[in-house]
Amino acid sequence: MLDTLLPILIFAALAVAVIGAGRRVRLWRQGRPARVALLQGLAAMPRRYLVDLHHVVGRDKVMSNTHVATAGGFVAAAVLMILVHGLGLAEGVLGWLLLAASGCMFVGSLFVARRRRNPPARLSRGPWMRLPKSLMAFSLGVFAVTLPSVGLLPEGFLEGSGGWLLALVLAAVVTWGLGEMVFGMTWGGPMKHAFAGALHLAFHRRPERFGGGRSTGLKALDLDDPEAPLGVEKPADFTWNQLLGFDACVQCGRCEAMCPAFAAGQPLNPKKLIQDMVVGMAGGSDAAYAGSPYPGKPVGEHQGSPHGPIVARDGKALVDAETLWSCTTCRACVEECPMMIEHVDAIVDMRRFLTLEHGNTPNKGAEVLDNLIATDNPGGFDPGARMHWAADLELPLMADRGAAEVLLWLGDGAYDMRNQRTLRALVKVLRAAGVDFAVLGNEERDSGDVARRLGDEATFQSLAKRNIATLARYRFARIVTCDPHSFHVLGNEYGELGGDYEVRHHSTYIAELFEAGRLHFKPWKGGGVTYHDPCYLGRYNGEYEAPRNVLKALGIEVAEMERSGFRSRCCGGGGGAPITDIPGERRIPDMRMNDVRETGAELVAVGCPQCTAMLEGVVDGGAEVRDIAELVADALAEAPQATGGGATQTQRPQAVEVV
Amino acid sequence: MRPEPSKTAPLEITVLVSVGRHPLTGRGRRADQDARGVELARALPAPEVRLLHAGALDGGSEAALRGYLGMGFDALTLLEQPEGADVLPALADALSEASPQLVITGERAEQGEGSGLLPYLLAEWLGWPVVNGLAEVEDVQDGVATLLQALPRGQRRRLKVRLPAIVTVDGAAPAPRQSAYGPARRGTLEAVPGPVSLDGDWESWQVQPARKRPKRLKIVKAASARDRFKAAAAKAEGGGGQVLTDVTPEQGAEAILKLLKEEGVLR
Repeated sequence: MLDTLLPILIFAALAVAVIGAGRRVRLWRQGRPARVALLQGLAAMPRRYLVDLHHVVGRDKVMSNTHVATAGGFVAAAVLMILVHGLGLAEGVLGWLLLAASGCMFVGSLFVARRRRNPPARLSRGPWMRLPKSLMAFSLGVFAVTLPSVGLLPEGFLEGSGGWLLALVLAAVVTWGLGEMVFGMTWGGPMKHAFAGALHLAFHRRPERFGGGRSTGLKALDLDDPEAPLGVEKPADFTWNQLLGFDACVQCGRCEAMCPAFAAGQPLNPKKLIQDMVVGMAGGSDAAYAGSPYPGKPVGEHQGSPHGPIVARDGKALVDAETLWSCTTCRACVEECPMMIEHVDAIVDMRRFLTLEHGNTPNKGAEVLDNLIATDNPGGFDPGARMHWAADLELPLMADRGAAEVLLWLGDGAYDMRNQRTLRALVKVLRAAGVDFAVLGNEERDSGDVARRLGDEATFQSLAKRNIATLARYRFARIVTCDPHSFHVLGNEYGELGGDYEVRHHSTYIAELFEAGRLHFKPWKGGGVTYHDPCYLGRYNGEYEAPRNVLKALGIEVAEMERSGFRSRCCGGGGGAPITDIPGERRIPDMRMNDVRETGAELVAVGCPQCTAMLEGVVDGGAEVRDIAELVADALAEAPQATGGGATQTQRPQAVEVV
Repeated sequence: MRPEPSKTAPLEITVLVSVGRHPLTGRGRRADQDARGVELARALPAPEVRLLHAGALDGGSEAALRGYLGMGFDALTLLEQPEGADVLPALADALSEASPQLVITGERAEQGEGSGLLPYLLAEWLGWPVVNGLAEVEDVQDGVATLLQALPRGQRRRLKVRLPAIVTVDGAAPAPRQSAYGPARRGTLEAVPGPVSLDGDWESWQVQPARKRPKRLKIVKAASARDRFKAAAAKAEGGGGQVLTDVTPEQGAEAILKLLKEEGVLR
């Protein structure tokens, strides 16, 4: 009986799955067109899945192995099942392979079940709780029905009245498994992640991210075309591959666990946001969502549709505006997402609409944007006062020199008294190393970072184009800046507008100078030091080593915080978050200073004016906050005498480090 | 917006908007007080707001005028005037033709002549009442507007005025909403022909940006923090009051009693 029933079951499930796939594809195609290399993407997909995705999943070894066993077992079992039971090719090795595959999948599903026994808060419940049972049903069912096929059980075993009953039970179990694994994959069950995820990897909007690359710059809006929409108003305004990306979410909640705004009790949860976009794409309410809600916002009160607004002008729609404005654009969620979903792109897309069409940037947002338009700096200071901090330094101006090896980009920190100390230290270091540098002086403008993250693409592009025109007048080998935000924008976002520069963060440049033997340091005499990775230096630009190398050269042994490197916790200062200032239960910089306190360090080294301001603003922070440039400037020593040579140098820490 | 009963016709408001000038950089922008005037108009129930500008249209002023459109308007009426022209006849013509119930304007322009006389001259021309320094329009009913006038040190005076009227906006009025790029870009500047009367005197004037005059520092010689705080928080000397000379003691006492009653010390 099973011999006739199984092919029917299998091909029926496949047919229904194909119909579901068509419906799902139609949902994605509601989005705007996007230029994607379709065939190339499909060809690259297996590699992206097996290498890039598993590189992220592999950060959790147990879950990674669980996934390999379960998913690998399933894919093999599904293909073999079609061959063995669907087409009746049980002879030879195929049946045995199917037994092995389903057995492997069953072992994996046991680990999935263990994970689900006491799941951490970041995991979604609801339909996800039945997934291990469905996995077991599929693997066990397939295993059992294959036993007679390979002759482990006699052919007639399932005949007779008892056998009939057993066969019926087995058929029911296999149906359950097929329902979840094949039908559910395209009709919106938990297994949807496999179908949408595979295609998402193939048609990813940032293919440069695969194969060890990095792509973090926001994509420009076309402002020359008056018909082009300004940002995203409704789910259908996303590009189709963005919608596909949202659908790929496996609700593992790793983003939620890393999100600084969520931890601070601000009304943002990256996982819920992505699920809300899925709800909007399909139409309906968020009541079925079974994970952690946005802090302070109960589930079930919001709904949307593909062509309805995401954020209502007044009242409730799919998402509240403050959810979007809570994001610090720290990219911790993107870095952590095993599906490589681009949360920050989506948030900025929606912010763009709120700012450019609604004119609704919260709190100080409007004032800052007006200042940027009128004075080219967010504080509304006199552009002619940009160099007042350096009145006594006689900095060489590009306008006078025309060319220099290094263009020192000061950033808006030039107006901030705290950052002026960093800048003065950096100038001292550059002079000690004999660097040929010059500054733009009053010709410099804000890089446009804040305007862009606040969604004001028009002001960003205006600032960027004028900066590019200014830079085009001068000759320089590279730009050095102590502001990672300027670094990121100049290096990664000006290119699309016609400005390609080699940009270095000051820590990278100082490390290079030291390695070239142009800087010499006195040994470090202070206490314990930890280092805070700025998001825009680390996650956005992959620079984790240079600051640590500089600290090592100073003779400092860094006591690492638990969350450092690519998992560094944001200071709360990015993405215009201090400007929009959405209230939460805690403050993000307070949490970061607690991280610092846990290391027992007396001093936290930073490399970003925003981080300095945020961390120094913490009441009773405990640790001193100092920029790497300041530490280096304090440790500057005369070059050792050439004749003094070896013996004295070996005692100096920096001599040890030059390998 | 709550639905209005059909018996009340929409309140027709014209806001006179000018091209502002940023105090630090001198760049064209929405004039602050005019933008507050627009915000004031938008805050009224069932307004029908029309923006009106008289002046030259060039690259700099267009961006500034579009700033007003970005507050959520489809169009702005433009009376094209060459630089230095007297805009009064053109504005008066346009206003008497459109006959709005309420005309809102800033107290003075941020550039150009900036004499602050335009609202008064317009009012005289049209024969309408003028109220200056508004913080709020509280209510409009049966052709009478209840206004809240801003006085120094946060004081307010409530006034009633029969419409049509011209009102000017004080810096104490609510801050203008953000100007959004999308509506600003889409909105149209509708040029309307009007009379041009050239100002002969203007030709011979020399115009330069106003600069803040230097202010003498207030040197406070205080021994304690309390004294310094008192000096910093001291109320400016008021200009009110009256000086009585050559009066009988009875008259003097009566004046004092009257003042105490006015101030609410005695009842």
